[in-house]
Amino acid sequence: MLKRFWPWFWFLVGATYFLVPLYATLDFSLRARRGELSFAAYTSVLNDIRFIESFMFSLQTALATIVVSAIVIVPTAYWVQLRLPRLRPVIEFFTLLPFVVPAVVLVFSLARTYSRTPLTDSREGLWVLLVGSYVILSFPYMYRAVDTGLRSINIHDLTEAAQSLGAGWFTILTRVIFPNIYVALLSGAFITFAIVMGEFTIAALLAQPAFGPYMNRLASSKVYEPSALAIISFALTWAAIAAIQWFGQGAQARVAGPR
Amino acid sequence: MAPLTQTKTNQSTVTHRSLSWTWVGVAPFFLFVAAFLIWPTLSIIGQSFLDQERRLTLQNILELGHPFIVSSYVYSVQLSAVTAIGGGLLGGLLAYAITIGGLPRPLRDAVISFSGVASNFAGVPLAFAFIATLGQLGVVTQWLRSIGISLYPAFSLYSFWGLCIVYIYFQIPLMVLIMAPAFEGMRREWREAAESLGANGWQYWRYVGLPILLPSILGTTVLLFGNAFGAHATAFQLTGGGSQGNVITILIGAQISSDALANPGLGNALALGMIVIMGISVGLYTWLQRLSARWLRS
Repeated sequence: MLKRFWPWFWFLVGATYFLVPLYATLDFSLRARRGELSFAAYTSVLNDIRFIESFMFSLQTALATIVVSAIVIVPTAYWVQLRLPRLRPVIEFFTLLPFVVPAVVLVFSLARTYSRTPLTDSREGLWVLLVGSYVILSFPYMYRAVDTGLRSINIHDLTEAAQSLGAGWFTILTRVIFPNIYVALLSGAFITFAIVMGEFTIAALLAQPAFGPYMNRLASSKVYEPSALAIISFALTWAAIAAIQWFGQGAQARVAGPR
Repeated sequence: MAPLTQTKTNQSTVTHRSLSWTWVGVAPFFLFVAAFLIWPTLSIIGQSFLDQERRLTLQNILELGHPFIVSSYVYSVQLSAVTAIGGGLLGGLLAYAITIGGLPRPLRDAVISFSGVASNFAGVPLAFAFIATLGQLGVVTQWLRSIGISLYPAFSLYSFWGLCIVYIYFQIPLMVLIMAPAFEGMRREWREAAESLGANGWQYWRYVGLPILLPSILGTTVLLFGNAFGAHATAFQLTGGGSQGNVITILIGAQISSDALANPGLGNALALGMIVIMGISVGLYTWLQRLSARWLRS
């Protein structure tokens, strides 16, 4: 036992650091009514129309991001493995660029570059910029997930088999490749979902009615509701990551995210 | 078999005839990246060398030397360095404990899973969690007060050290996620070989273990530095994005909603400075990871 003292010690230090804030937040969120524990803060948040609106807005944005990201990444990753394997390092380099250009610089560049164009002058345009930025942020996870998925199936044989039966490229992608990698795709989709749902910086700076900016504003008027939101948000992140592990892709180290 | 072979030859002739068409397959990706990442970023970088009349100038870069801006960069660098080293140390020791430290396997899996969640749990909700913990009304603050220790006003969650504590929360799990596989990649034979030559535990770590892990540890610490340096939402929520503008990302963000520095060129130069620092840290990380990949294979 003594031999294992230090490992246990560091484990307990880490566990304390991780769990005390979560416990404190949970405790705090239940104290909205003086002298008793209650879910009052949660009911108040969940019944807030702005909560529902911003949550639905972010949900739609997340789904749009996942769809666009998949439409761009799946054919690209497939094509690179099939015909242009030497291009893989180049694609990897570009998908890793969001780590070099942080979210705040990305949104700054987009807002400046496309200022006085329909992209920044209209509601729809700003939403396009929002989804576009999120798709860029999702590329590292999506590309890696899809690339790994493609490597585990024999795309050359599948492609030849499909072609010999007269399938065109669209049919091959949608009816042969996609069904074979959708589990891998899901792991990329869930991490994208987790990132988009909690993202604040880009949404706020593009003045979008998203969930992140809503949480931010709530803090100035409410005391207990923010901690209820933090718990809800943690549960959401946990569910997304659990889903990834459930689908067996394993969580890899992640660098980007709603910091 | 015959039809398949037939298709193969057909396909390869088609490939030869339309080599340039092969590139069309990756065009959507490059167009997307160009429109939403490369073109905007390059144009900001380019414009930081132009003045209001679009003539070449170094004025914007020189103006980064303004004490207000330098102090912002220094503050961000200090914050990132402290949390990278602090989070790296704690995360590294935790990764060691759950891998070769010999703790029960379920604990390892639990810590890894939790790290996956915690490294993504940042920004606004993380700030809320710490306000509920260490804010003036926070649970831990109140508990400490009840046993006679008052944190405030000596400590504040909204100060430099307060920010450090919050940032370390998302730094530790990232370190764990990257270092746990590295520790697991260390081979038992190395230790056995060292011991059969008469090395004790300390000597093994000093001459074998640490030199092998060092590139990986340094690389990940550099990555943590970049991770904190690019962070915006957490600091914004805690400091209220106030005009004191200590953290550089908040200063850049403030240039969008209002041109707070009253000089668009300077805003561009700020972003350029940020990209340069992030580029150096990600480049250093990639290089160090490549060094360590020579030894550690999982």
